Amino acid sequence: MSWLLVVEQLLNGLQLGVMLFLVAAGLTLVFGIMNLVNLAHGSLYMVGAYFAVAFRAWTGSFAAAVVLALLATLVVGMLVEVIALRTLYERDHLDQVLATFGLILFFNEAVAIVWGRAALFASVPPALGGFVELVPGLRYPVYRAVIILVGLAVALLLYVVVSHTRLGMLIRAGASNRTMVAALGVNIRALYTVVFGFGAALAGLGGLMAGPIYTVQPGMGEELLIEVLVVIVIGGIGSIRGALVGAIVVGMVDTLGRAYLKPTLATVISPTAADSAGPALASMLVYILMAAVLYFRPQGLFPAVRGR
Amino acid sequence: MRTVKITTVLALVAALLVVQARAAEPVKIGFITSLSGPAGIIGKHMKDSVELALDHLGRKVGGLDVEIVYGDDQRKPDVGKQLADEMLKKHRVHFVSGIIWSNVMLAVAPTVTGAGTIMVGTNAGPHELAGKMCHELYFTTSWQNDQTPEAMGKYMQDQGLTDVYAMAPNYAAGKDMISGFKRYFKGKVVGEVYTKLGQQDYQAEITQLRAANPKVVFVFYPGDMGIQFLKQYAQAGLREQIPLYSVYTVDEISIPAVGDAALGNYETRYWSPDLKNDANAKYVGDFKKKFGYTPTFYGAQSYDGILLIDSAVRAVKGDLSNKKGMVAAMRKADFKSTRGRFAYNVNHHPIQNFYLLRSVKPASGEIEMQIQKTVFENHKDAYYQECPMKW
Repeated sequence: MSWLLVVEQLLNGLQLGVMLFLVAAGLTLVFGIMNLVNLAHGSLYMVGAYFAVAFRAWTGSFAAAVVLALLATLVVGMLVEVIALRTLYERDHLDQVLATFGLILFFNEAVAIVWGRAALFASVPPALGGFVELVPGLRYPVYRAVIILVGLAVALLLYVVVSHTRLGMLIRAGASNRTMVAALGVNIRALYTVVFGFGAALAGLGGLMAGPIYTVQPGMGEELLIEVLVVIVIGGIGSIRGALVGAIVVGMVDTLGRAYLKPTLATVISPTAADSAGPALASMLVYILMAAVLYFRPQGLFPAVRGR
Repeated sequence: MRTVKITTVLALVAALLVVQARAAEPVKIGFITSLSGPAGIIGKHMKDSVELALDHLGRKVGGLDVEIVYGDDQRKPDVGKQLADEMLKKHRVHFVSGIIWSNVMLAVAPTVTGAGTIMVGTNAGPHELAGKMCHELYFTTSWQNDQTPEAMGKYMQDQGLTDVYAMAPNYAAGKDMISGFKRYFKGKVVGEVYTKLGQQDYQAEITQLRAANPKVVFVFYPGDMGIQFLKQYAQAGLREQIPLYSVYTVDEISIPAVGDAALGNYETRYWSPDLKNDANAKYVGDFKKKFGYTPTFYGAQSYDGILLIDSAVRAVKGDLSNKKGMVAAMRKADFKSTRGRFAYNVNHHPIQNFYLLRSVKPASGEIEMQIQKTVFENHKDAYYQECPMKW
C-alpha cells in the first residue's frame, strides 16, 4: 500500500506547487515585463482571500464570491499600479523593494482595520467538501483536487495567452525590448496596468482558494511570498514556464522532504539524530535547492530571453 | 535657635522636592509580544489585557504613574532581543514583560536579567528558565511549558488510551510540550513529528499520520498554526476517525476561525473564562464589555503580569531601586490572580491547578470552552529541583 501513500504525497506536492504557481506567475510576469520587484504581491493574495470571505458572507454563494473577489482584486491591483508603482519603474530595485515593502505594511494594517486582526472563518463550500476516490484505497479531498485542476488550467490558459494571442505577443515584446515596443506605438503604460491587474487577479485567485484551507488573517501573504521568491529564483526570473516548473519542484521537494526526509535519514544516522535533524533539514530543503540552483545556474532553470 | 529653624525648613523643602522628584518618575514597563503578522492576534489579546489591568488599577502601578512601551517581536528571537536592548538602554524601563514564544523568551530573558532588570514573562515557559537557567529577576505569570501537556498526558493515561501520534512545531516549546506529555503518558507513541514553526499546510504530515494509523492524536499548535491544523485535520476526514487531543490549540482565538471543526475537543489548561473566582469574573466581564470579544489565557496571564508588577512596586512603596524588596514581594504572589490564589515555586514558576476543558456549544449558539474537571491540584513543574536559587 505504500506506493499509494507516495502517490498521495505527490498529489500534495502538486497541490502546493500550483498554489505557489498562481502567485509566482503574476510576480514573475510583472518582473519580466516591467522590471519591477513587487514584494507586495503576497498582499494581493491576502486581499483576494479577504474579498472572497466578505463577498461570500454578502452573497451567500461561493461561486459568486469567487467571481466578485477576482474582479475586486484585479481592480485593487490596477489601482496599486496606477497610484503607487508607476513612479517606481525607472528607479532601481532597492527603491522598489523599499516601496513595495511599505505596501505590505499598508495592506496588513488596512485589512486589520477593516476586518479586524482575528482570523476570519472561511470554510470549504459544501459542494466541494468530501473526498474523491481516485483509485481504490486512495481518497483525496475534493477541494484540494479542484485546486490542482484550477492551477493546471490557469497554467494552460497563460501559455495560450502568452504564446498565441496579440496581448501575449505584446507582453513578450515588452519583456524583451520595451523601448522598441513603445516606439512602435503601443501604449506601454496601459499594457503595464493590464498586466499588473491580471497578475494581481492570479494572486487573488490563489488567495481565495487558500482561504478555506489556511488562515485568512493579516500577514497571510508574507509566508507564502518567501516560498514564491524561491520559486522564481529557481525557475528563472521573468519566465512563466520557469515559474511553473519552479513552483512544482518547490512543492514536491517541500512536501516529500517533510514526509520522507526523517525516515530516510534514520536509515543512515541514528534515529534520535534523525529526529532532531530531519524536521530542521526538511524546512531548509527548498532553500538548499535554491542555493544549489544559484550556484550551478544563476540565471535559473528557464531564464526569460531578454534583449537590450 | 534661628539657624535650627532654617535648617528644618530647608530639610522639609528638600524632602518635598525628593517626594516630588519621585512622584514625577513613572514606572516604565516594556511589553514585548507579537503584534504584526499571523501571530498578531495573540499580541492583541495580550495588549488589550494589559490595558484593562491598567484601567482596573486606575492607570497607576504601585501608586505611581505608569508608562508602557509596546514592542513587536514579529515571532523572531533576534527582533525580540533588539527590542529588549532598546527598552533597557533607550527607554530605561524598570520591568520587561510579555513574550509569547519560547525561542524569543530564551533570547530576551537573559538579556533583561543580565542588565539587572526584572523580567515578568506572561506566556512562554521554556524548561531552561525553570531549571538550570533560573534567575532571581525572572518571574512568569503563566506556566512552565511541560505542565499543561503533563496534565493532558495524565488525563489520556487515565483514559487508558494508547497508540498516540504526537505533533508539534519544531522549536523550544514544541519539544517541551511533547516531553511533558510523555512524562505522564505511558502508552505507546507510534509517531512523533515536528513541523516548521509557522507552517501553513499540514497535508503532507496528515497523509503520513493517516498511513501510521494511530488510535489517537495529540498536538500542540498555538495561534494561526492551530487554525490551519484543525481545519485541515477535519477536511482530511480524520476528525470522525481519530480523536484529537491538544494543548494551546483549541482556544478563544482558533474557535471563531474554525467553527465546528473544533467542537467537542479536549484541552488542558490552568485557566478558562468560566473559572469561578471574583478576579476572573471581573476580568472576563470587563474585557468583554470593553473589547467585545472573549479573552484567552494569553490575556489572563498578561493581566496577571501587570498586577504582579503592581504588587511589587506597592510593597517597596514606589522605590524602584529596591530590586531585592520587589523580588521578595513578587515571590509572595500577593495579588488577585485570574486563576485564583497560587504560590510561586523556588524557580519563580507558579504552583497551580490544571483543568480538563472541552469545547461545547451551549444554547446561546457560540462555541466556548468549559471546565470539565481538575486534573492536577497545586502542580509543580518538573525542573524546579535543577534550579540552584535559594530564597
